[in-house]
Amino acid sequence: MTLLPLACKSLLNRRFAALLTVLTIAVSVTLLLGVEKIRSQARDSFASTISGTDLIVGARSGAVNLLLYSIFHIGDATNNVSWQSYQEISKSPQVAWSVPISLGDSHKGFRVVGTTPEFFTRYHYGAHHELAFDSGKPFDDVYDAVIGAEVAAKLGYTLDQQIVVAHGTGSVSFVEHKDKPFRISGILARTGTPVDASVLISLQAIEAIHIDWQSGARVPGQTISADDAKKTDLTPKTVTAFLLGLKSKVATFGLQRQINDYRAEPLLAILPGIALQELWGLVGTAESALLIVSSLVVIAGLLGMLTALVTTLNERRREMAILRSVGARPRVIFGLLVLEAALLTVLGIVLGIAFLYLVLAFAQGPIETHYGILISLNAPTSRELLLIALVTAGGIFAGIVPATLAYRNSLADGLSLRL
Amino acid sequence: MKENPAADSIIALRDLRFAWPRGRDVLDVPLLQVARGERLFLQGPSGSGKSTLLGLLGGVLIAQHGSIEVLGQSLQKLSGSARDRFRADHIGFVFQMFNLLPYLSLIENITLPCRFSPTRAKRAQAHGGSLQDEATRLLRELGLDAAALNQRSASEISVGQQQRVAVARALIGAPEILIADEPTSALDSDTRESFLKLLFEECTRVGTTLVFVSHDLSLAPLFSRTLKLDAINRAGTFATAAAP
Repeated sequence: MTLLPLACKSLLNRRFAALLTVLTIAVSVTLLLGVEKIRSQARDSFASTISGTDLIVGARSGAVNLLLYSIFHIGDATNNVSWQSYQEISKSPQVAWSVPISLGDSHKGFRVVGTTPEFFTRYHYGAHHELAFDSGKPFDDVYDAVIGAEVAAKLGYTLDQQIVVAHGTGSVSFVEHKDKPFRISGILARTGTPVDASVLISLQAIEAIHIDWQSGARVPGQTISADDAKKTDLTPKTVTAFLLGLKSKVATFGLQRQINDYRAEPLLAILPGIALQELWGLVGTAESALLIVSSLVVIAGLLGMLTALVTTLNERRREMAILRSVGARPRVIFGLLVLEAALLTVLGIVLGIAFLYLVLAFAQGPIETHYGILISLNAPTSRELLLIALVTAGGIFAGIVPATLAYRNSLADGLSLRL
Repeated sequence: MKENPAADSIIALRDLRFAWPRGRDVLDVPLLQVARGERLFLQGPSGSGKSTLLGLLGGVLIAQHGSIEVLGQSLQKLSGSARDRFRADHIGFVFQMFNLLPYLSLIENITLPCRFSPTRAKRAQAHGGSLQDEATRLLRELGLDAAALNQRSASEISVGQQQRVAVARALIGAPEILIADEPTSALDSDTRESFLKLLFEECTRVGTTLVFVSHDLSLAPLFSRTLKLDAINRAGTFATAAAP
């Protein structure tokens, strides 16, 4: 093809303007692909927060609400589930395992989760990844605590360190369970889920630290020491929610209906997958808005290229007339300009992708620690490739405008060189 | 004006009339013949329809009436792209100034027609071995040192040198016709004469018929024949109408 070297050299001759155009396109492509990458990986990370659990059961409220407070630790439970109901449902013949969750306390802004040691084997995330210990082991004693990776990283905690749990879930607490400190028995490996920002203790521990409390306040004059508390009956009276694993998936809907119709107290059972989808549906609007905005930025970039090409056309009439005089057909002139637009677009895209990976390489760490989203530097997904193809097509399409103008000019000008 | 064109006429215009859209005739030429090997000087002031005539000869414009034959081929009968190919194969152009593409090297500028005309590319290769060699040879014959000049871009050499490079480009691959549109008007009188001498020598060597268009009658004695466009063009032009 004789046109390609001509187009390259012509662009090189106007390299400063061409570079600016390429940069404009590159920045818009970086934004578009960046939004798409973060969007899709945030969605994946979000959807993989919990897996392997068939039902989540809590007091009756909404599915999204229950999911938010039980798994994402956002907001508070409307009500608790009685220990008796938990026991009864756990003993249903369809149930393979159950893990209770008891919330309401915190440690320096991180949620304290009261649960059983089964949590460490039953709570799965992503493609059935189990929780793993970076160091230490599950809680054994009543006053043992296991902390998530984020807690350990942020607060610089190590094994066997003593920590104090605060009452309530605010990041600044005025009422602490100072009389009953905990020892860190284990630190979990990073998961990218809310578990990273949790302090896990046993249900008995939750009971023990609240033993001398009533209706959310310490009973004056009545103090029971940590050791004495251990000796009392620490069977909890309520839990906040519980996770259920079933022997057969087929039974899920049946058991869900059974729990929702539970006579003794108003309960709600939800399927985590469906609730996650419902929740993402709410977040999804913002996500599409972002994609639309970044698409508009790309269109602005391509319009910038269009402007740059069109404004040079007048001063390039001479160039076109020379090409015509040596035998170039008008369609060669057309092709030359489309090719220039295509070259600018492709260069912009390549540079944009390079920018994106560079930025992600630097931002990867901070994004993971702040938002718990792991952005992997993988090859472009098919959706990203589709976006790239669309931008290329858009660039070529934009090139048709100056190409048509140049085509018309060269038909009208013929061989006359206009100054 | 009914005489038959000479058998060796390379360009023949008959009853040619051309008007721009929604305009009156700018050209009305009953007969114009150019013989093979001729050096024709076509004189006309600016606005006399020179550019239009060159556009017609180059097959970029099409006359509404009459016929125009180049090398025995009626241009009207060719499609637009066939005319473009015909022009690329058989006609070289040299313009007043700014003949060269600034983003190509001098050699690339000279070999440019060979990109669009395989015929001329083949002829150039047959003559010079490679396109580069042929371009270098043409430059040398036009008194330019390719090795010294090629380091510089087209805009960095003098206008006289640019025009000689343009002649080399117009003549590469030995086209039958060279049309020069005021190629000397940007040159001073000393370089003008030496430029014309080189142009004639090279046209003779290549065997190219020269149609030289200019307003400057002082050059006319150097040519084998002189025609005044006003004399052969029956259409009133802006220039003649405005003349006192």
